[in-house]
Amino acid sequence: MAAIEAEGLVKIYGGSKKAKEVRALDGVDLAVPEGTILGLLGPNGAGKTTAVRVLTTLLRPDAGRASVLGLDVVHKPTQVRRLIGLSGQYAAVDENLTGRENLVMVGRLYHMGKEAAEKRAAELLEEFTLTDAADRPSKTYSGGMRRRLDLAAALVVKPPVIFLDEPTTGLDPRTRIAMWDVIAGLVKGGTTLLLTTQYLEEADRLADSIAVVDHGKVIARGTADQLKAQIGGERLQIVVSDRERLAEAAEMLGRLGTAEARVQPQNREILVPVSGGAQLLMEAIRELDAAGIGIDDVALRRPTLDDVFLQLTGRAVEGEEQDADGESGQPKPEVERQEAAR
Amino acid sequence: MTSDTLAPPIPVGGGGPLTVLHDAWVVTLRNLRRMTRMPEMVVFSSIQPIMFVLLFAYVFGGAIPVPGTEGKTAYREFLLPGIFVQTLAFTAATTSVGLADDLHKGLIDRFRSLPIARSAVLAGRTTADWFQNLFVLLVMAVCGLVVGWRIHDGVLKALAGFLLLMLFAYAMSWIGAVIGLSVRTVETANTIGFIWIFPLTFLSNAFVPARTLSPLWLQTVADWNPVSATVQALRHLWGNPDGYAGAARMPWPIEHASWVSLFWSALILAVFVPLSVRKYRSVSA
Repeated sequence: MAAIEAEGLVKIYGGSKKAKEVRALDGVDLAVPEGTILGLLGPNGAGKTTAVRVLTTLLRPDAGRASVLGLDVVHKPTQVRRLIGLSGQYAAVDENLTGRENLVMVGRLYHMGKEAAEKRAAELLEEFTLTDAADRPSKTYSGGMRRRLDLAAALVVKPPVIFLDEPTTGLDPRTRIAMWDVIAGLVKGGTTLLLTTQYLEEADRLADSIAVVDHGKVIARGTADQLKAQIGGERLQIVVSDRERLAEAAEMLGRLGTAEARVQPQNREILVPVSGGAQLLMEAIRELDAAGIGIDDVALRRPTLDDVFLQLTGRAVEGEEQDADGESGQPKPEVERQEAAR
Repeated sequence: MTSDTLAPPIPVGGGGPLTVLHDAWVVTLRNLRRMTRMPEMVVFSSIQPIMFVLLFAYVFGGAIPVPGTEGKTAYREFLLPGIFVQTLAFTAATTSVGLADDLHKGLIDRFRSLPIARSAVLAGRTTADWFQNLFVLLVMAVCGLVVGWRIHDGVLKALAGFLLLMLFAYAMSWIGAVIGLSVRTVETANTIGFIWIFPLTFLSNAFVPARTLSPLWLQTVADWNPVSATVQALRHLWGNPDGYAGAARMPWPIEHASWVSLFWSALILAVFVPLSVRKYRSVSA
């Protein structure tokens, strides 16, 4: 039995006279085996947060069922809450309390004794390198420190199942990488983890398997490698100086790549899927140079979430701007969450 | 799979009948601690009522005659119970702002993901606000004593009055809880509080004798206003002038003010406690 299971989860927002109905979850199936990390990958408004809210008992699904360690999230919410830790998208720490007070409070709310709660708080502060700041109000913390404190709060009882909703969104790259180390350390102890993210790189680095979600549906699943194979791995992107020699260059590069090169004449660009990495990049440059073809720009691009989407759905990730323009006609479920309270 | 292998490495207790009290108390302490972290909040929450006492006593005092009384402290004795009730009625806004803030910052989500009693977060908030009110009331009472307000009818009735007042404040807090969980922003929570609490407290006998309200239907509103009942009960229990001297007969809810006030508080709690707990169960930021 998987530690986290979901079958046909549906959550519909709105649908009143005013708001158009939004299917935030439209039949989501998930299964996370014990001791593994599932990365839920998708753009803003794909339904990732809604899925986490259903699985953590914060939101009732309109259809389907979900369970954590065999316990139904709708029918046995209290039992489920004893077994899970949640660290949300917005660092939910009380900024007027110190880091230590925040953790002790959470421990007390799990009904740990006073001393046990204090001991555990000290352990976590140490583990998350917050000891120096432990007795300062958390509003003085940096973004990264708050995230760490929030994550620590989710781990107070060492729950067997942890949900992390976009744990690194909004963090600077250095802090993000430090956070990854922390998260990777968690599963060593056999914890099951469900992690949502907008970054393919993050899912790639942390998750054992990835489910790509869009418009409330899982549109692809597999390991990072499987997904990458599906979207073709890295791409070599070269802009040649002379438009006349574009076709010639494309043919040369096509031989090096894993698939045919795509040419965009208007900006003299050639895109070709490759698998050889930097070595191949050098080879390509040498060949073009030998043939006397000038190069204006060259890049080896790793696949991004955009590439995954382009490949899977034939369109780019829908950003907020497009939503605002009404281009997609799909209000973001995250914004609509309050509707659920009605 | 047995329940043993399901349990987290650190045992999670709770579930007993005392769990609610324990959980609510932990949240209460958290809220109180927060108040001590923001002393400016406590200072301002007591400056405003002091200002009200002084402004009403010295600015309006001379212009508002209270039937059946004479002397410059008569209005102040009349006024103080009114100011007490008004100030404590505003606790509804404090509660809704506090909850809206927690909701906005994601703390309610955190609490809701913990295995705690559903009413604990709300009870913890209202209880902390209750303690803050106790402090504010103390400050106001001292201020009142300075400007000439007195309690005339002994310790027991004095205590009864304070209990009635604090019960009313607690009930108001739960109305605030429902509002706090229903709005999207802290600012809205604050504004809404002012929109309904000002009329509620002014369309009453708190600041002027109810019989001076005009048109006549306003008097009926004031007579049945829970604020009026509570204010009248306090004046009655403390021996302060009530502005009904010389009236042929008192309106029914004013004549039975203590019971009516108790009834209102109980009714408000009976409606708004379950309502807010229900809201809490499904609320999201």
